[in-house]
Amino acid sequence: MRPAARKAASLGGERVFAWGLLAPCLFFVALFAFYPIARSMFLSLYRIILGLPRLGDPFVGLANYLRLAQDPEAMLALANTCLFVAASTLLELGLGLIIALLMDQAVRGRSLLRAALLIPWAIPTVVTSQMWRFIMSDNYGLLNLALFGGDVAAYRAWLADPFWALAAVILADVWKTSSFAGLIILAGLQTIPAELHEAARIDGAGALRRFIHVTLPALRPALALALLFRTMDAFRVFDLVFVMTQGGPGNATNVLQFYGYQKMFAEGFLGYGAAVAVLVFALVMAVSLVYLVFFRRALFREAA
Amino acid sequence: MRSRGQKAAFWLAAGLAGFFSLAPFLWFVITSLKSQGSVTAIPPTLLPEGSLHFYWSAFAGYGLLGFVLNSLLVAGLTTALTISIATLAAYALARLRLRGTGLVLGLLLAVGMFPQTSLAGPVWRILQALGWLNTYQGLVLPYVTLTLPLGVWILTTFFKELPRELEGAALIDGCNRWQALWRVILPLSAPGVFTAAILVFIYAWNEFFFALLIMSDRARQTLPVGIALFQGQYTMPWGEIAAASTVATLPLVAMVLLFQKRIVSGLSAGAIKG
Repeated sequence: MRPAARKAASLGGERVFAWGLLAPCLFFVALFAFYPIARSMFLSLYRIILGLPRLGDPFVGLANYLRLAQDPEAMLALANTCLFVAASTLLELGLGLIIALLMDQAVRGRSLLRAALLIPWAIPTVVTSQMWRFIMSDNYGLLNLALFGGDVAAYRAWLADPFWALAAVILADVWKTSSFAGLIILAGLQTIPAELHEAARIDGAGALRRFIHVTLPALRPALALALLFRTMDAFRVFDLVFVMTQGGPGNATNVLQFYGYQKMFAEGFLGYGAAVAVLVFALVMAVSLVYLVFFRRALFREAA
Repeated sequence: MRSRGQKAAFWLAAGLAGFFSLAPFLWFVITSLKSQGSVTAIPPTLLPEGSLHFYWSAFAGYGLLGFVLNSLLVAGLTTALTISIATLAAYALARLRLRGTGLVLGLLLAVGMFPQTSLAGPVWRILQALGWLNTYQGLVLPYVTLTLPLGVWILTTFFKELPRELEGAALIDGCNRWQALWRVILPLSAPGVFTAAILVFIYAWNEFFFALLIMSDRARQTLPVGIALFQGQYTMPWGEIAAASTVATLPLVAMVLLFQKRIVSGLSAGAIKG
């Protein structure tokens, strides 16, 4: 073979080899992620009710979505989800920034401090949920003890109160995942050259001014990334609600994923439940697109 | 940190952050070591008696051992499969000439964001058709899919950092492509593989939604499902829940203490360098 031909053959061989290596990964993702999501979209156009097979499974077009828009429980779940996302991501970003600054300091015992701050992230969400449920329980709860001491008459059932129950779910999420936001921000902190701080110091800038004028602007990409990841994840909240409140009291802490789960697997409305699930999917994708457009410069400067 | 004041402020903030990170879970550990009477004392007592009663009760009366074994099996199998598949994929994405690399990585990132409910129904149907509901493989296969994005991203980042000339040298030495990957690249990537494995294991150990859906048989349930569905006859068995939670969490605490550096670098590599 001439060299050019040999090179082309070897390049072809490399491509085949590469796709062969990718094949198992693509197979799994196609079968258990892309097919199911497409199938859910398809099912959301049908009326499928388990337990009522006599009705057949008629094609109903967008009827499930129209019903969704007029379903007060679904709209409450949507509002709760948005509230949960906004409150938890903002708090996690703020606390994550503090955690990142603490983790970044070169002090003795730093790895122990980092490990301590990381432990909530590693704890299973179900354990986190049971733990906060117990802390906030009316009679045996640590929160009541801390607030009211021995004054048992003042003890409150926090999770039975619509406002506090939602606040508790948000708090549990913030407790668990602030350190994850912190890690992303920490990685951003470590890309800031020390000379920048040194130069600002020589110019007479104090710690606070250096933070505002050097650290924060340089952290923009990391903050955007942390916001993106946390938002996507917060829209999918399920475990906390399932274990802590089951959506209650009333529907005060019901969120979209839990509502969709109830419709599909507790009540057997497969078509309608699929419409709820597709709504969550569409929300996540829409928000991530908006973020990508908004933060394109920040995010891609990071990638480069 | 220069001044004494700054140092004091740092340690105050670090102390507070450490306290709020650890205290809630410590309270659960304390609860697990109490006696039956003091768990339900009103107002609560702060110190435990050091009783192991609830551990015994959780293992003997609530099937905790079964949950632990199921979790070990499912998380272990998931980790082994995901890491094998992700290593091959990441090698192709990071080091071979390939069109569509960005597209594949982007699609994987999107998979990591799919809401569980939007996959749940069809996945359940597939597993039902295969007769794999309430089986280990029925849970492991979706877990492999859900952890592949994490594994592939971390390993791709890692492979990209190895020197470019490695395979070239191996090919000249007469290795074929497979041998170049197996004998030259893989031994060098042990740290990256290990990091990805830790994170995948933690994910599979902690996952709740699919486990709840697929394992309706109490004998097949994993720790998160077991702990979420702990029910007493009349009251919540808080002591047993706390004991089971401690058992489920201690391995993770040990992993964080031992591998904190890898976890930090792995999570930020997956996130930032992408």
